[in-house]
Amino acid sequence: MPSSTCEAGAPDGVVELALRLGDNALILGQRLGEWAGHGPVLEEDIALTNVALDLLGQARLWLALAGRREGQGRDEDDLAYFRDQAAFRNCLLVEQPNGDYADTTLRQFFFDTWHVALLNALARSRDAEVAAVADKARAEAAYHVRRSAGWVVRLGDGTAESRARMVAALARLWPFTGELFEEDEADRTLAAAGIAPLPGSLRAGWQAEVERVFAEATLEIPASCWMHSGGRRGVHTEHMGYLLAEMQSLARAHPGATW
Amino acid sequence: MTAPRTMPDIALIRAWLDQVPDPEIPVLSVIDLGIVRDLNWAGDCLEVTITPTYSGCPATEVIAMTIEQALHDRGLSSVRLTTTLSPPWTTDWISEKGQRRLRDYGIAPPLRKVAPACPRCGSTTTTLVSEFGSTPCKGLRRCDRCREPFEYFKCH
Ligand SMILES: [Zn+2]
Repeated sequence: MPSSTCEAGAPDGVVELALRLGDNALILGQRLGEWAGHGPVLEEDIALTNVALDLLGQARLWLALAGRREGQGRDEDDLAYFRDQAAFRNCLLVEQPNGDYADTTLRQFFFDTWHVALLNALARSRDAEVAAVADKARAEAAYHVRRSAGWVVRLGDGTAESRARMVAALARLWPFTGELFEEDEADRTLAAAGIAPLPGSLRAGWQAEVERVFAEATLEIPASCWMHSGGRRGVHTEHMGYLLAEMQSLARAHPGATW
Repeated sequence: MTAPRTMPDIALIRAWLDQVPDPEIPVLSVIDLGIVRDLNWAGDCLEVTITPTYSGCPATEVIAMTIEQALHDRGLSSVRLTTTLSPPWTTDWISEKGQRRLRDYGIAPPLRKVAPACPRCGSTTTTLVSEFGSTPCKGLRRCDRCREPFEYFKCH
C-alpha cells in the first residue's frame, strides 16, 4: 500500500469518494468472479477472471485509502468483509446478476465506458493519493472497455438470437445507468475542491461513446425512462444481500484467517 | 548470518536484486521488470521502494516477500519496504536485457505501435487471439506463418 501521511477524518469527502469507487470495483469484481469456470469459451473465462482480478486490486487500493483517511483503524479487509449492506456505496448497476452473456457484457460495457471517463478525470485530482490510484487504474480500465465494447458489437450485430438477447438485456439494464450521473452534496463538495469531477459532467461523453458503439452493434439507446437510484446511499436491490452473504461468509466465520 | 560491518553500496544491492526472479516470469529479475523504484540508505536501514505492475497482480506480495528475504540472506537485517503507485508502472520500465530474455524464453516482448513478432519463427504477421492470458501481464496471439500460438507481454 502506498505510504503517505494520514489525515484522520479529513473533511474533504475523500472517504466517501474512495468508498464509492472501491465498492463499485469490489462488487463488480465479485460478480465477474462468479463466471470463473463457467465462461462460454476458454479465452472469455480467462478474460472475465482477469478483469475481476484488476477490479479487486483497484478495490483494495481505494478501500485502503478510505480506511487511512477515515482514521479509525479499519483496513481494506475490514471495509470489504465487515460492513453491512446499508454501508455499501456501489451503484446498483454493478450488483445486478450476471444473467446471460448479453447481460454480463452490457453491464460491463456501461460500467467500463463510465469508469474510463471518471478515472481519466480523477487522474488530475488535486488530491495526490486519489490521483495516484486513478492513474494506476485507468490503463486497466482502458483495455477492459476495448474488450466489452468489442463484445457489444459482436453480440448486437451477430445472430438473430444474440441480437434478441442484447435487446432484452438493454431493456433490463438501461434503467440502472442514470445513477452513474447523479449528484449529491458530497459530489458538489469534492468538485468544488478540485478532487473529483461532477458526475453529471461525464454524461455527454459517456452517451456519445455508447451511441458510437451501439451504431456499430445495430442497437439503439432506449427512449428516456424512469431510472433506479439508491446504491450510493446504501439502498440496494434485492440481489445485494445474496452477493454479500457469499462474499463475506468466510471472513466472518473465520476472522483474521490466512492461507 | 551476521550483519555486514559496512553498508554495501546501492549498485551492489541492485546487482543482488537482479538475481531475484519474478515469480510468474522467472527469466525476468525484479530489476528487469522495472518494479524496484528506489534503493536508499536511511541510517543503517535500507529503504526499498517498489511499485506494482497491475493493481490486481497476485504476485505483488510474493515479490515483496522475495525481495526482503533475498536482502536478509545477504546479511541486511534492517530493510523497510514501501510501495508507491506513482508514476504508474508501464511496460516501458522493462529493461533491454529483460526484453531480450523474454524473447529467448518464448514470450514476445511488449512493443509500442508494432505487433509482436512470433518468438519461434520471427514472423511479424500474427493474429490476436485474446488480450487476456495466463497472467494479468500477458495476452495470446497466433503466428500466421508457423501457426503456433504464443504469449506476448501486453503493452501497458
Ligand atoms: Zn511463427
